[in-house]
Amino acid sequence: MSRHFKEAVIKGIFAAFAFVSVLTLALIVVFLFREGIPIFKEVSVSNFIFGKEWYPTYDPPSYGIWPLIIGSAVVTLFSSLLAVPLGVLSAVYIAEIAPSSIRDIAKSIIELLAGIPSVVLGFFGMVVVAPFLQETFDLPTGLNIVNASVILAIMAVPTISSISEDALYAVPQEFKDASYALGATKYETIIKVIIPAALSGISTAVILGMARAIGETMVVLMVAGGAAAVPESIFDSVRPMPASIAAEMGEAPFGGGHYHALFATGIVLFMLTLIFNLIADYISRKFREVGSATL
Amino acid sequence: MVKKLLLVSIVCVMFSVGTLVAAENVVIKGSTTVLPITQAALEAYMKAHPGVNISLSGGGSGEGIKGLIDRTADIATSSREIKAKEVELAKKKSVDPIAHTVAIDALIPIVHPRNKVDGLTIDQLSQIYQGKIRNWKEVGGDDLQIVVVSRDSSSGTFETWGHLVLNNAKVSPRAQMQASNGAIVQAISKNRYAIGYIGMGYLNRSVKALTVNGVQASKKTALSKEYPIARPLYMYTDGQPTGLVAGFISFVLSHAGQKLVAKEGFVPVAGEAKGSPSKKGRK
Repeated sequence: MSRHFKEAVIKGIFAAFAFVSVLTLALIVVFLFREGIPIFKEVSVSNFIFGKEWYPTYDPPSYGIWPLIIGSAVVTLFSSLLAVPLGVLSAVYIAEIAPSSIRDIAKSIIELLAGIPSVVLGFFGMVVVAPFLQETFDLPTGLNIVNASVILAIMAVPTISSISEDALYAVPQEFKDASYALGATKYETIIKVIIPAALSGISTAVILGMARAIGETMVVLMVAGGAAAVPESIFDSVRPMPASIAAEMGEAPFGGGHYHALFATGIVLFMLTLIFNLIADYISRKFREVGSATL
Repeated sequence: MVKKLLLVSIVCVMFSVGTLVAAENVVIKGSTTVLPITQAALEAYMKAHPGVNISLSGGGSGEGIKGLIDRTADIATSSREIKAKEVELAKKKSVDPIAHTVAIDALIPIVHPRNKVDGLTIDQLSQIYQGKIRNWKEVGGDDLQIVVVSRDSSSGTFETWGHLVLNNAKVSPRAQMQASNGAIVQAISKNRYAIGYIGMGYLNRSVKALTVNGVQASKKTALSKEYPIARPLYMYTDGQPTGLVAGFISFVLSHAGQKLVAKEGFVPVAGEAKGSPSKKGRK
């Protein structure tokens, strides 16, 4: 009896801990919606999302976050273009090609990269990358899409690389043995057997890396330039959503339209990261039955 | 009898010590523009009054006033006047915000040191910030595109700039936004295409200050209102200050306090440097 009781208590304790994080998320979502929804009394949902003018402090204010959404999308897209090949290929190298001495060094350095505070990377982008870009390409400004994408890519590489690496390690040895037995070279084995078998894990890695880039705040606040206009070239400044929220929240009058609009921007951002996570989840589930080689 | 008196006086002393300890905790929140003044003043004040504990955080004028309204701050520092909406909200929570003008801040347009332009008129500045003048050659400079750098639209500094320079016209959406005075100096010092604006306290040699309507920004011209882009800085309290809050504010307004204001690059409030009068807040 007492053994069963103990068991039940322990079960309860673990459940309580698990529910703390569920509850926290639930409360945050409730709060986010409660503070964000009131803006839609002042502006319609489509005017909010597709409106091209963001002038929250003027009279009358315009609450259109389309330029901010485009800003987020553009920097996320370009940073992925840089980070995906870098992250995936370095994972392939570390997991399959590198001798163990180099593997250990490379792996720990990439993991160290994940530990650099984003504000440090932002500062680096501001005082090193920006002047470099400006002088090299003779641009009016170095705080632009390219700069933000490069710095975000540096942040996303460790995420993409370490999750891809786990996926590659999970590919069963038999697959490789079979490939070699058929006379395939190492290169052919990697390209035609290992990567396809690890694809769902790699896709998950890519999407989580992108989610990291879209939610990152400090870097885009410091190096994206902050112009709330739809960009016309990759050297234009943009104002991604997290930057806008971080820069303006401190000064938005509590309970006013601007305050609610920033929370509503937070809802949009939350939805986007949620979608990214759902896609990642879907991909890793969908390909689970294919073999024993999924994450 | 004597014993009783002694006992009473001991109790009295204990009580007063108790209330003193309880009162000696002041929280100040608000504008990053007023931050250097508040920081210097509270360091000096805490040195002179050991045991006093004043905590200070930035976050912006709105954040400070928000704190005053929900009573998480005893003093709100602000680079703008309290808004009608905020006064309404304060009244609902029976908070009575009162303004104390502690310094005058002059905003200065700045450019890269290699820029040939030395001065602009308010009208030219306004056109530049609205995106109507786009090239330096239109205002007597080189044939270079103008990169407009502004503070984010909700900062008190932007509000003052929008009010005094743009006359509430919309700033071009292509304008870059920076989140602090320091970030603007940093951006301008590295970019010869750019123009920005900062509080007087943040001016350093890495950038060039422009004259406005031919007047150079200085303490003198800001005080005499000859220089057109100047604004008062405030500390807000709930009702007339008492106790430590009153002590701190009168210190800021004292000769020593105003000296610190000047040292931080702001303009001391003339006339108010001696006594401790306070202005009524906008109702």
